[in-house]
Amino acid sequence: MNSRIPPTPLPSLSIQSTQCLRARIRRRHVAERRFRFYGFSAMVLTLAVLVLVFSFILSKSYTAFQENVLSLRIAIDSAMIDSKGNPLTADYRELIQKAVAGLFPAVTDRHDRHLLFSLISEGAPYALRALVTRQRQQAKRDGNIIVDVLLSDEADQFLKGHITAHVSEKERKIKDLQVTWLKELQARGLIHSRFNITLFTAGDSREPELAGILGAVTGSFYLVIVTLGLSFPVGVASAVYLEEFAPRNRLTDMIEVNINNLAAVPSVVFGLLGLAVFLNGLSFPRSAPLVGGFVLSLLILPTIILAARAALKAVPLSIREAALGIGASKMQSILHHVLPLAMPGIMTGTILGLAHALGESAPLLMIGMVAFVVDTPVTLLDPATVLPVQIYLWADSPERAFLEKTAAAIVVLLGFLIAMNTIAIMVRIKFERRW
Amino acid sequence: MSLSSKKDAQRVSLGDSLLVETACAKLAARNVNVFYGEKHAIKDVTLDINCNEVTALIGPSGCGKSTFLRCLNRMNDTIDTCRVTGTITLDGENIYASKVDSVYLRTRVGMVFQKPNPFPKSIFENVAYGPRIHGLTSSRSELESVVLTSLERAGLLEEVRDRLHASGISLSGGQQQRLCIARAIAVSPEVILMDEPCSALDPIATAKIEELIDELQHNFTIVIVTHSMQQAARVSQRTAFFHLGELVECGGTEQIFTNPVNRLTQGYITGRFG
Repeated sequence: MNSRIPPTPLPSLSIQSTQCLRARIRRRHVAERRFRFYGFSAMVLTLAVLVLVFSFILSKSYTAFQENVLSLRIAIDSAMIDSKGNPLTADYRELIQKAVAGLFPAVTDRHDRHLLFSLISEGAPYALRALVTRQRQQAKRDGNIIVDVLLSDEADQFLKGHITAHVSEKERKIKDLQVTWLKELQARGLIHSRFNITLFTAGDSREPELAGILGAVTGSFYLVIVTLGLSFPVGVASAVYLEEFAPRNRLTDMIEVNINNLAAVPSVVFGLLGLAVFLNGLSFPRSAPLVGGFVLSLLILPTIILAARAALKAVPLSIREAALGIGASKMQSILHHVLPLAMPGIMTGTILGLAHALGESAPLLMIGMVAFVVDTPVTLLDPATVLPVQIYLWADSPERAFLEKTAAAIVVLLGFLIAMNTIAIMVRIKFERRW
Repeated sequence: MSLSSKKDAQRVSLGDSLLVETACAKLAARNVNVFYGEKHAIKDVTLDINCNEVTALIGPSGCGKSTFLRCLNRMNDTIDTCRVTGTITLDGENIYASKVDSVYLRTRVGMVFQKPNPFPKSIFENVAYGPRIHGLTSSRSELESVVLTSLERAGLLEEVRDRLHASGISLSGGQQQRLCIARAIAVSPEVILMDEPCSALDPIATAKIEELIDELQHNFTIVIVTHSMQQAARVSQRTAFFHLGELVECGGTEQIFTNPVNRLTQGYITGRFG
């Protein structure tokens, strides 16, 4: 029928309009190049910021992964170790000071001696005691023991070049006399630098050279475990119910909207909620990883529910029908087929949620995880702190040496976050949709 | 028009059941209505499906033939807004009675879908899944023999014998569909419902499935929905023509295709609409 209508002839193009058309096409190409350029420069800007952040943090932190120690030969009195070979209480501080004074016999002035001793870390006597305990047989046989003691944070900072001698003596923590002693010790080969073991084996401390992140890492680990243990089952179960069983009506619509709202609540509000409910209401202990885990679970529950629902929705109807069609019950079709197929998506969402929780500090401040905690937590109810809060605490400290510690803790935290994101991406790639 | 066609349909179906009185009615639908919310999708359909026969349901798109098929094993239960009235009996027992468990029903009335939908598991696991969840076998060797028999009856065994543990997804479309048929017959259903099983397949794979349907009808009652009238003519003994939710005409396939009673049927099978 259509063929009977004669086709309308196209209007013939005049030369002018052809030129017009060409100009228009050219403009369109130019616009497209411009559009592309905008996108490209935005990406370059983002990358530049990223590189800047990483290089800044790394340049500040790399010195924190080294520590300077002084080798001291300590004479072991046989009275320090009893007949059975057990170390007795002794004045280890005095032993250290005697050994240090022995290195510089010329220093006799009381004030100068005090300056000399302050080159050594406050933790040195404890390190010596530990070493004597460990190597008592050998120490008894040899009559002396060689111990590597940490330098004080100021001496360490000087050797790392963070405190320079160019500033007038009044304005620096390390005095001229100390500088000459340090140089002499270096010349004698008694000072050497080693990998900073303390950073990874100690908890927090007022003395920067004795402070480490083990307590914070343990706290973070407990927190993530509690958060995972709570939010994963609850999140997945509610997603399964909402996606597979809940009737579609106004009530479920409202629940859905409110889950989205929950995801938008500022994290500090969850902290206040935790304070009111868990600490004031239920009398849980302050600063406990258990309570922190409760609060962070609330925080990432919406993320997990949304991710799990999206993953369940992506499993095609045909798989459910296939299972139902051979007489599987609804539960069997969900447990045997739908959930396993949705699991990579659920896991990716969960890992990203946990990474979010790992980097969170504001809600934890509210429930007292900002306390100065020296001991590494053992149970979930012990007072603990977490890496982001540790960073916050150190960044606030006046000592110069805490600056590099802060940067080092940031590097460790970023390392964990990057590792978790990488795992999330790997899970996604490995279990790419299989239908 | 709808009134007269309904009368026609009933007359034909009655007349026909008198003709084939030797065959028993495996499934019998009486005054079945289906509603999707407000939409009246199936209107007062009464139809018998005979034992060990292939019944083809034909009709233009959206006429309700798939909906009717899905009533026969209560797959429509999974749709919230769907409501079914009337009775459908399987061996004289109403499958919509409250004491009937739809999960058990589906082991007696299996289903093969339009798009091949094997599980993303091995070929073996695909077929073994049904017997396993229903506890039909007591030992590993028994399960293996059930799987092998089912694959053989679905005409797939020769092609996959040496790769039973390869993924079901790695098969071609036609093989996947035969795998789905093997999976359906592994739980020994009495009826197999097929919803346009060949619509996603090429002609060679289609021919294989049709051959298979010929084989299977000796042991199973088969109901097939199809868009291809040639296919209906080739594989079925009885044909039912649906239009706008109503059963217009039902009878022996030869009679429907050579001498339809209703002019709507005639219009459809001669390709004048649809």
